[in-house]
Amino acid sequence: MEAEITLDVDGSRRTVTVDTRTTLLDALRDRLAVTAPKKGCDHGQCGACTVLLDGRRVNSCLIFAVAQDGAEVTTAAGLADGETLHPVQQAFLDQDAFQCGYCTPGQICSAVGMLAEAAAGQPSAVTAAGPPANAATTLDEDEIRERMSGNLCRCGAYANIVAAIRQVSTAGPDV
Amino acid sequence: MKPFDYRRATTVDGAVAEIAGNPQAAFLAGGTNLVDHMKLGIASPDLLVDITSLQLDDVAETGDGGLRIGANVRNSDLAAHPLVRSRYPVLSQALLSGASGQLRNMATTGGNLLQRTRCVYFQDASTPCNKRTPGSGCSAREGYARYHAILGASPDCIAVHPSDMACALAALDASVVVHGPAGERTLAVADLHRLPGDRPDRDTVLDHGDLITSVLLPPLPWARRSTYRKVRDRASYAFALVSVAAAVELEDDGGNAGSVPVIRQARIALGGVAHKPWRAALAEAALQGAPATQDSFRRAAEAELAAASTRADNAFKVPMVSNALVSVLHDLTQESS
Ligand SMILES: Cc1cc2nc3c(=O)[nH]c(=O)nc-3n(C[C@H](O)[C@H](O)[C@H](O)COP(=O)(O)OP(=O)(O)OC[C@H]3O[C@@H](n4cnc5c(N)ncnc54)[C@H](O)[C@@H]3O)c2cc1C
Ligand code: SF4
Ligand code: FES
Ligand code: FES
Repeated sequence: MEAEITLDVDGSRRTVTVDTRTTLLDALRDRLAVTAPKKGCDHGQCGACTVLLDGRRVNSCLIFAVAQDGAEVTTAAGLADGETLHPVQQAFLDQDAFQCGYCTPGQICSAVGMLAEAAAGQPSAVTAAGPPANAATTLDEDEIRERMSGNLCRCGAYANIVAAIRQVSTAGPDV
Repeated sequence: MKPFDYRRATTVDGAVAEIAGNPQAAFLAGGTNLVDHMKLGIASPDLLVDITSLQLDDVAETGDGGLRIGANVRNSDLAAHPLVRSRYPVLSQALLSGASGQLRNMATTGGNLLQRTRCVYFQDASTPCNKRTPGSGCSAREGYARYHAILGASPDCIAVHPSDMACALAALDASVVVHGPAGERTLAVADLHRLPGDRPDRDTVLDHGDLITSVLLPPLPWARRSTYRKVRDRASYAFALVSVAAAVELEDDGGNAGSVPVIRQARIALGGVAHKPWRAALAEAALQGAPATQDSFRRAAEAELAAASTRADNAFKVPMVSNALVSVLHDLTQESS
C-alpha cells in the first residue's frame, strides 16, 4: 500500500510517495537522499539513525514514514546556520569526538535533543530524586553519559564525545 | 515485511471497532516494540490503526488526589511530570531506567504496558517458541535462560515481562482503564498481565480490540518514600536482570529520632523474575509491623523467594533479588523524608 506524505526536512518541504512499510530512516536516505542519519542496527539499539522529529530526538528506524505526514524533521545536515556550524557540531570538531564518523550524525542530533531536554528541566536516571532541579544546572559527566546512553560508538570515542557535549553545556543554555 | 494498510484513528470507538472487526489488525502507538516485531517477522498485521491522535496525552489530577495518565503520554514526559516526580518517585525512576532518551520520547504508557518479552527465542522466528507459535516448544528451557523467570513460570514458558514502568505501577496499585467492543472497564495493573500456564501466547487478560485509554494512580501519600532499583549487565540502556519497586510507610513517620523505625506497611513489586510484574505479597506481609532492620528485610526476601525455581544460568537471580530488596528497604527506611 502506498501513501503520499509531505515532510519538512532540514527546512525544505518534501513530498514523496512511500510504501507503508518504509521507515522514516529509509524514506530520508533512500527516497529523499538525506543521508546524514545512518542505519546501524535498524532495531532501536544503536542511535545511529537519531533525528529530531518535531524537535524531539527519536530513532528514525522504528517509525513508519506514513505516520509522520506533516512532521518537521531535522537531521545533522540541517543543524548548521549557513556556513556557521551548530555549537554541538563545532564542539565535536574541537574535541575530536569521532573516529570513523558513522555514529556521529546520530550522536550530534541526540546531543542537541538531550541538551534541550535538560534545559527544560527533564530528569535522567542519575538526577537526584524529588522536585525538578534548577533547569540551568550544568550537566556533569555522569549526566551526559546516562542521557547519551542510547547512542553507541563502535570506535569507542566516548571520552571525547562527553568532552564535546560538556564544552557546549558549560557554555550556557543558549544552544 | 507483509504489506499493510495504515489508518489514523480519530475516535476511541472508531479505533476499537476497526481492530475488533479485523483479527489481523493492530494498534500503533510509539511503535518502538511493534515496528521492531514487524521487521523481525514475529508480528504481521495487515492493518495498523494509529492511535496517537486520540488525545490521550494528558496527566491530570483526579478528584481523590490521585492521577489519571493518558495512554499516549510518552514515557519521557511522564517521568518528568512534576506530580509524578514528587508523589510517585518510584514511577519516575522506573521509567528513566528503561530504554534510552530517544526511545522514551517515542514510547507511550499503553505501549509500554503491552510490550512483549525480550526472550531471544521469542524474537527469533527460526526457533521453537510456545509464545510466538503455540505448541512449537520452548527453546529457553534447554537453552539460554539467563534472563528468564524464577517465579510463576510453567513448563510451556519461562519468559519474563520486560517493563520497568509496569513494576512501579503494580507496586502503586495502579489500574488501567480499557475500552473494548463491549464498553469500558477498569482492572488492576497487577491483574493485567498473566502467568504463562498453558497459554503463554497470551501476555495479558485483554482481548483483541481492547484499547487501554488511561492508567489511574490512586492517592498514596506515603509513596513519596518509594524507589526503583534495577540491576543489569550495563550501567544504562539494558533490560533488567532483576528489579525492585518499593514504597514503605513507617509508624510514626518522621518522629522518634534515634530509635529503630517500625514498618507500618510496604508495597513491593519485582521485575525480571516472572511473566508479569511480581507483586511481592509475602514479603509485604512479613514486613508489616516489623522493625526496619536487616534481619526483617532478609526474612521478607526469603519469604517471597521460597517458591523460586531456577536453572543453572539464572540461579544467581535469587540472591540478587534478595540483596536488591534488602538494600532498597534499607535506603527507604534509613533516610528521613
Ligand atoms: C533497544 C530497546 C531497549 C529497551 N529497553 C527497555 C528497558 O530497559 N525497559 C523497558 O521497560 N522497556 C524497554 N524497551 C521497550 C520500550 O519501553 C517499549 O518498546 C515501549 O514502551 C513500547 O511503547 P510504544 O508506545 O512504542 O508501543 P508500540 O510498539 O506502539 O505498541 C506495543 C504493543 O502495544 C499495543 N498497544 C499500544 N498502545 C496500546 C493501547 N493504548 N491499547 C492497547 N494496545 C496498545 C500495540 O498494538 C503493540 O502490540 C526497550 C526498547 C528497545 C527498542
Ligand atoms: S521462554 Fe517463553 S518466550 Fe521464550 S522460548 Fe520459551 S515459550 Fe518462547
Ligand atoms: S539504526 Fe536506528 S537505532 Fe540503530
Ligand atoms: S566514530 Fe566510529 S562508530 Fe563512533
